[in-house]
Amino acid sequence: MRKLSVYLALAILAVAMVAPLAWAVLVSLHQPWSEIPEYGKLVPVQPRWDNYATVLFGTDLPVFRFALNSFFVCTVIVIGQVLVCSLGAYAFARLRFRGREALFALVLGSMMFGSTVTQIPVFLTMRQFGWLDTYLALVVPGLGSAFGVFLLRQAFLQVPRELDEAARLDGAGDWAIYSRIVMPMCKAAVATLAAFAFIGTWNDFFWPLIATTSLEMRTLEVGLSTFKNSYGGQNWPLQMAAAVIVVVPSLAVFLLCQKWFVRGAAVGSLK
Amino acid sequence: MLHWLVFAAFPIGFSMVLALYDWQIVAGTNRFVGLEQFQALALDRPFWNSMGNSIRYALWSVPMGMALALGVALLVAKPLRGIAFFRTLFYAPSVMSGVAISMVWIYIYLPEKGLVNSLTSLFGLPSVSFLSDPRWAMPALAFMGAVVGLGPRMVVYVAALLAVPPSLEEAAALDGASGWQRLRNVTLPMIAPTSLFVLVTSTIGALQLFTPIYLMTKGGPLDTTDVVGYHIYTTAWQKFEVSQASAQSCVALAVIGLVTWLQFRLSRKAIEGYSPS
Repeated sequence: MRKLSVYLALAILAVAMVAPLAWAVLVSLHQPWSEIPEYGKLVPVQPRWDNYATVLFGTDLPVFRFALNSFFVCTVIVIGQVLVCSLGAYAFARLRFRGREALFALVLGSMMFGSTVTQIPVFLTMRQFGWLDTYLALVVPGLGSAFGVFLLRQAFLQVPRELDEAARLDGAGDWAIYSRIVMPMCKAAVATLAAFAFIGTWNDFFWPLIATTSLEMRTLEVGLSTFKNSYGGQNWPLQMAAAVIVVVPSLAVFLLCQKWFVRGAAVGSLK
Repeated sequence: MLHWLVFAAFPIGFSMVLALYDWQIVAGTNRFVGLEQFQALALDRPFWNSMGNSIRYALWSVPMGMALALGVALLVAKPLRGIAFFRTLFYAPSVMSGVAISMVWIYIYLPEKGLVNSLTSLFGLPSVSFLSDPRWAMPALAFMGAVVGLGPRMVVYVAALLAVPPSLEEAAALDGASGWQRLRNVTLPMIAPTSLFVLVTSTIGALQLFTPIYLMTKGGPLDTTDVVGYHIYTTAWQKFEVSQASAQSCVALAVIGLVTWLQFRLSRKAIEGYSPS
């Protein structure tokens, strides 16, 4: 009986969570420019799958280019974050140097602040370098991540030091310990970081919005927000098709890597 | 020395670029304009309005988000068949594009035809245009924030709930404690540190809200949803008063830091008072 009421509550919540998404998918298959359908007519009689092609390859906005930009930026940032954060985490977990604790506290502190407070200095720096409206501006500021350093450091600390010492006796240096022992043993944490980096970059709206100005440099997320404006917020079917297009890749990554998401979110709380 | 450069200095320097930027703001404005920017800011009513709006948003969305996350976590922490499916489902909105989510929520809050109004009209309630009514816009956005941000908070709560030794609950049950009493007097105190973590991270996040405002209300109606994140954006990139916006960022930073510090101080005491050990 108790079990039943729990399942009932779960089911109600699940319906509430899924309904808006199901609505979006169904509306995306209606005739372009048609009114918002009534609930009885939500399932389209003739699903317009070509709406997706219209959005992706239409002449109004280079949506396909947006998607390529997003995939490119995400790939580079995922690789970059894994490299940069793992090296930093190795330093914090294994090397002894003056001011290590203070530096680590600073890194943790910077986790608090999003682009609301960092936008202007980052923007000015990028302008100084002449990188605005290029891939460099989209990629370089995203290469480091305080969360990533923290996550990997926690994982590296779990690797027994005896392994390092044994390797050192065999003549291994830091580089060998990092690449042959610590990294291979922390594959799960690295995968967690990669998954978070991908989703975070894919969904980042704010930074690409101010760092790029030309249409060809927009990422999918920013490009689709202009989509809303260029249709005056009235073309619901195509807008929803666009929304589905931007959601599918991140949802796919999430479903493939979900156990790592749970792990990453939980590690964050164990500070 | 070489090791230090390769392994420590370079990556740490890189990761800290963000942190250092904050310094640059301070140095930049102080050196060249002195404190004038901040003096002007002190009298800048629209800015303080946005600061107030951000705090109002946090006061609405953080308690709602925490209560929802804890409630859902209590459900999905149970060892039931198929529970992993529900966890995945409830986490999913958190990985979705903020733009796509905002577009769908525009529909949810639409007057007459929107999802909420369709449901309330079944009960004979009048239609509300949530996003353009000054009384409703902020609570509506806060509710959306609570629902959309469910995933990470829920996961953190589930981890904490699973770490509570079942023997404690059983002992309380033997002593005749009701379900509600067990939750209040056993479970909640045991997960208090987690609640503090969720409180702090949710508040920091709430004070930096941007995307839904940009897409859904543009700060309106009557500037009631002009939160500080959006205000800084318009000052810097629409009015091009970059140094004024820098000063605003500094103040926002200070306020976020202050609120975080306060929450830590106040809650530490509360947790210590509670602590079962």
